[in-house]
Amino acid sequence: MNGAELLDLAIETAGGAGASAADAVMIDWTSAAAQVRLGEVETVKMSRERRLGIRCFVGNASAMASTADLTADAVRAFVHDVVEMAGIVAPDPDAGLPTADELATDQPDLGLADAAGDAISPDERVDLAMRCEEAALAVDPRLTNSEGAEFSNSSSRIAYGASTGFRGAYETTGYSLSVAPVATEGDQMQRDSWYDSRRAYAQLAAPAEVGRMAAERALRRLNARKVPTQSVPIVFDPITAASLMRHLASAVCGGALYHRASFLLDKLGEDIAAPTVTVVDDGRLPGGLASRPFDGEGLATRRNVIVDQGRLSGYLLDSYSARKLGKTATGSAARSAGDAPSASPTNFHLAAGSHTPEEIVASVDRGLYVTGLSGFGVNGVTGDYSRGASGLWIENGELTHAVEEITIAGNLLEMFRGIEMIGSDLEFRSSICAPTVLIGRMTVAGS
Amino acid sequence: MIGGVTNSGEPTDPIVPAPSRVVAERFGLDVSALETTLGTALARRADFADLYFEHRTLHSVSLDEGIVKKANQSISQGVGVRVLAGEKTGYAFSDELSIENLKLAAENARAIASTDDGAQSVDLRGTPSAPRHDLYPVESSALLPKLADRADLLARVDREARGFDPRIKNVMAQVAVEDKVVLVANSDGDLIADHRPLLRLSVSCIAEDGDKRQQGSSGGGGRVAFEFLTDDAERALAFARDAARQAIVNLDAIEAPAGEMNVVLGPGWPGVLLHEAVGHGLEGDFNRKGTSAFAKLMGELVASELCTVVDDGTIASRRGSLNVDDEGTPTGRNVLIEKGRLCGYLQDRMNARLMGASPTGNGRRESFMHYPMPRMTNTFMLAGEDAPEDIIRSVADGLYAVSFGGGQVDITNGKFVFSASEAYRIEGGKITAPVKGATLIGSGPEIMKRITRVGSDLALDDGIGTCGKDGQSVPVGVGLPTIRIDGITVGGTKA
Repeated sequence: MNGAELLDLAIETAGGAGASAADAVMIDWTSAAAQVRLGEVETVKMSRERRLGIRCFVGNASAMASTADLTADAVRAFVHDVVEMAGIVAPDPDAGLPTADELATDQPDLGLADAAGDAISPDERVDLAMRCEEAALAVDPRLTNSEGAEFSNSSSRIAYGASTGFRGAYETTGYSLSVAPVATEGDQMQRDSWYDSRRAYAQLAAPAEVGRMAAERALRRLNARKVPTQSVPIVFDPITAASLMRHLASAVCGGALYHRASFLLDKLGEDIAAPTVTVVDDGRLPGGLASRPFDGEGLATRRNVIVDQGRLSGYLLDSYSARKLGKTATGSAARSAGDAPSASPTNFHLAAGSHTPEEIVASVDRGLYVTGLSGFGVNGVTGDYSRGASGLWIENGELTHAVEEITIAGNLLEMFRGIEMIGSDLEFRSSICAPTVLIGRMTVAGS
Repeated sequence: MIGGVTNSGEPTDPIVPAPSRVVAERFGLDVSALETTLGTALARRADFADLYFEHRTLHSVSLDEGIVKKANQSISQGVGVRVLAGEKTGYAFSDELSIENLKLAAENARAIASTDDGAQSVDLRGTPSAPRHDLYPVESSALLPKLADRADLLARVDREARGFDPRIKNVMAQVAVEDKVVLVANSDGDLIADHRPLLRLSVSCIAEDGDKRQQGSSGGGGRVAFEFLTDDAERALAFARDAARQAIVNLDAIEAPAGEMNVVLGPGWPGVLLHEAVGHGLEGDFNRKGTSAFAKLMGELVASELCTVVDDGTIASRRGSLNVDDEGTPTGRNVLIEKGRLCGYLQDRMNARLMGASPTGNGRRESFMHYPMPRMTNTFMLAGEDAPEDIIRSVADGLYAVSFGGGQVDITNGKFVFSASEAYRIEGGKITAPVKGATLIGSGPEIMKRITRVGSDLALDDGIGTCGKDGQSVPVGVGLPTIRIDGITVGGTKA
């Protein structure tokens, strides 16, 4: 059976088994990857998954399940089980499908699928990865080792249906290339990586460019040292600045809010960041890595302004969290086959500013340019922030030596309010992204 | 448990059938289909091929705001086909267990080998089962009680946490029960099955007091029956109180210090230090490739002589334990560091072969969609001789950390972090004010040499750990006695 038939079967079976409402999602995904290391093929991998997820309501009680056993008899039996589970779960007055008038009325083509991948042969995948690693290792003789390079391409078809009558489907493709060279000097080793990831094959960065970037990132980490504990301005490069946006996104999603587990609870309309800060979540960004025409409950995706010139202006809500908070859903429900919809960011980004990254670094008398962060030291309830960091020391507006084995710490609310400059270098390399950012002061813990 | 030590194919325990019956009854195939598939996979002068069958059910039920809101069930099954030729790996999988799909996966996986010699013959029948452990003999019915019983447990957890202190404003709790059957068949003729139960309760509490809001979390489980949570020990309720207690303690937390200081780690879960500082760096793949900070240090002193660190997959009922790894190798107790000296790596089959070593029972994978890699099981430090209170008393000014959120390591330069979620100042040898969460950072081989006291109170964690590597998650355990580290950077805000 194809995806549409499976959705129909699952939803009809749920109704027949006593469910008052149901929705279902069908995910069909394939991927092919080639990994090479030091000029040799290391791994070739082919993947395919087909999975059906269903959610059944009995009044206000719901249960969910997913399965990869997609024969008609198995699906019928499985849906009966789920309806039975829903009968045991406690009713939740806010549970339920969105109403019909909330559902998407258009399903625009957002340029998410590019069939070029169908023509890429296994040998070409290997070749792309080889060229990427070769380019990286050719940059400098100190690049003597590698964790390898990988090229992969994937395609997915997502279909969603509900007992309200909604049916929708869309296709996406993905192309990505990455490499992780190791730089050696004396008895020290440093590894770093670079990647590109796109929906359209033609937009993927050239292997040589990805390789060169990775090589430069690994080389500049050599001869790193600790710095003394102090309080200084911190410049986040676009990769690490994007992680700050991930923390912001987590704090504005419905789940964290109704759980009272967000440091941005009850802050709507307040200034939570510097006036230069505007943050947007755009579910319909053309070709965006997280774009989709409708969300995991069939609502139209849209452009949500989260922070408008420093003021917290919106949350990301699925219909459940919207009901809990007495607000309107924002088309932000994400859905995996096995889990209930939950609000989640799409293409979530800090709007570009006017400064070049060079200007930002040059403005700092003495501080840290952060290029790597590690660990889980972020408390989403309080916003308290403490993470391992590596990067380059700034002295008199210039990048000097590499820095490692330090932490940077502060509080996210104070950090967002302390943003002093925003770069012009925004690039949509991942779904959550940011340009270079300068934060006025944070604690560096070192020697 | 599977089969005992005989090769007769007769079940020694009615819970678990012999491998050949698992093939037939669980996966709807017969052994000859597996032999044919392995023969197809080997057709191009490969060194080795294996098939990994997996059937997994996951049942979870969640409570939030005092209501059991969610019940989830997920069923998956499939087979992964792997072909090894030199340092090359070909991998393909299928979630449809038909003979045609097995053949297709085998043909895809063998693409890494070039010369076609025609299908090889593999005989899976004559092979004796490897000696095996029986670490978690839990019947499926004892693992997964009725949904109503699981929901009732969560309601009790909610009441217990809220009853701990009126400032507890929300409780989120989940019980997850995984029931997995795996079967490995390989071109050496091995045919091995395992049945793996896994239970976990997680509890998270939000405490509020005026403008202050904080969280605390706890939980536990293992490869155990559900009654682990509900028997006379009332572990579920103890986890509930612990999560509530942590949230309340953190309400009064002051700024954490910033800079290098003496740190005492409490017993149990702080063993995540070893997982990051030592464990990952000793996984065979990174050492074969020479990309680990430990790559050239075999036989060298990499820790203080007080430190003996083992990875032991053979402890009964533990979350990180396995009877056999995901390549069918029996797990073992592997000493990684003995009295400070590096003496062992963690190996899967491929890395062991390429490094001229033996597999150590550490070849693990997340699911049939993934190929195996060297991974940890339960990683811990053996107990020393010091009384824990003497260790705390020995520190004039420092930090006492008892719970951690998680950690991460850069294998290549050895720098690791782990983030405290419950910690206190030590002043004049006494534990004083709670401090906010802070990340600790250091270099694995350096920090391990700065361990100057090791307590007599070795404890393993409660069964909550999950380790991620290359996008694959596997359950693991850690353990530690109370230890003192002389000088590690604490990433607080108070400079």
